[in-house]
Amino acid sequence: MLQSALVEKVGKFRSRGVIVDVTALDVLDSFASRTLRDIAHIIRLRGAETVIVGVQPEVAFAMVQLGITLEKVSTALDLEEGLAYLDQKLQHARATP
Amino acid sequence: MREQHPDVDAEYCVPVASVNDIVTARLQGRVLAERLGFSAGEATLVATAISELARNIVQYAGNGDIVLRSTTNGTRRGIVVVARDRGPGISDLKLAVRSGYSTSGGLGLGLPGVRRIVDDFQIVSNREDGTTVTVTKWRF
Amino acid sequence: MTTPWETQLKSLIQTEPARSPAATTALLRELVEHLRQHRTELREEWARRITEAKVLTAMSDAEIFAEATSVYDNYVAALETGTFEALQTYSRNLSERIIPRGVETHEVIGIVLLLRDVLARSLFAKYQSDFQLLNRILDAYEPAANRIANTVAVGFVQERERIIREQQEAIRELSTPVLQVRERLLILPIIGVIDPQRARQLTEQLLRGIRANRARVVVIDITGVAAMDSHVANHLVQTVEASRLLGATVIVTGLSPEIAQTLVKIGVDLGKMNTVGDLQGGIEEAERLLGYKVVPSEAPALISGIRDET
Repeated sequence: MLQSALVEKVGKFRSRGVIVDVTALDVLDSFASRTLRDIAHIIRLRGAETVIVGVQPEVAFAMVQLGITLEKVSTALDLEEGLAYLDQKLQHARATP
Repeated sequence: MREQHPDVDAEYCVPVASVNDIVTARLQGRVLAERLGFSAGEATLVATAISELARNIVQYAGNGDIVLRSTTNGTRRGIVVVARDRGPGISDLKLAVRSGYSTSGGLGLGLPGVRRIVDDFQIVSNREDGTTVTVTKWRF
Repeated sequence: MTTPWETQLKSLIQTEPARSPAATTALLRELVEHLRQHRTELREEWARRITEAKVLTAMSDAEIFAEATSVYDNYVAALETGTFEALQTYSRNLSERIIPRGVETHEVIGIVLLLRDVLARSLFAKYQSDFQLLNRILDAYEPAANRIANTVAVGFVQERERIIREQQEAIRELSTPVLQVRERLLILPIIGVIDPQRARQLTEQLLRGIRANRARVVVIDITGVAAMDSHVANHLVQTVEASRLLGATVIVTGLSPEIAQTLVKIGVDLGKMNTVGDLQGGIEEAERLLGYKVVPSEAPALISGIRDET
């Protein structure tokens, strides 16, 4: 449900980037990270970039212990860093012919 | 700072039948772990293990329980998590818990991951009785 | 001369079977009464024997006497109530006070056994004329006294272990600083032997440091690490991955051929891991990553805008 709502908004606002803030999550288990991966994948298919931000240090530690890597998904520290990352990435994308 | 010493045999049972119950169970686990003196990082590990086990219950059995218990081996304190359900059972237990270091493996049940983050891992599963996973994490 | 209470007691123990709860309770009450009555002299006797035995040398006589008073009272209270939670709490509190003074486990056990002995002798002296009653009194006293000694000793040892763990943790934290050398750049030099506990602490410290310093690049230097088993090597890989989840890129420097081999053995694709020969080279690479922006030449204003912010 989250996925379809997001995808709809991406289309509606013609977004180039989506920042998913998981600061409030005290746990990111394998199901949650699969969901995040799927979201990023679908959004990429719609032509936009996804950045996951706000993973807490303890949560990051637990995730890697569990074997969850979220590879192929961009991550940044927080909202500010996420925006900076998207700015840079989208500038580059706009520039290349 | 004084740490608190709850009764050694405090036990909490969280019925799990929906995704909301997963959150309840892992929050309860975190609270118990912190009361037993686990660090924030270790409490997160406990909560994550509970989340995985509770999620399996909801997704594959429909409903079950998460039982949380404090324990001691004389010198160290620890937490025991029992995840039990009367679901269809796991047919290939060996495959379910197998893993390499860098693969997630394990039939999508997240059990290899759980096994990595706990100190003791036991599983009993068959079609008649369902599945019971018992894990223990000791405080450092 | 026997008191009315003693007469009552005698008739009670003659009718009750030995070691019945009622008899034991009555006997304990009797001896607690005696111990309270003779509190001052017994406490002094005990303190004297402590000094004689040359234990608790780290404490002054005045201090010993002060602590002895509360230990005595707690001891007798435990005998009276038959419950030991309060005693355990008291024991841990006491231990927290005296462990920093250098008091050792054998000293604590020693003084508790001395108290037990002082009290037992006092009971002997009082009831020696009635052998049967003396026996019954000691039957009631002994298990309780044993339990008290055990409770106090266990409380002390647990407290000691807790303090040692805390100190070890503090030492580990001090010995592995996470250094911020430039904005957004952290260096974590690792020296010496890494056990699993230290590895875990290193990772936690690093991740907290990444968040606190808003680091974008981390250089982990393992020049000072002689060897690494597969568990610790795996932990290093996990640290790199966890750092990435916080948006930081990790550069590993000082990788020896042996450690490189260990990493390959556990399945790490070294081509994917960002490694540089030495720390200096690593810092240069980090600066390059931080200052390097892929920007079009048509938008110079935007470049300097971003740079100013960092």
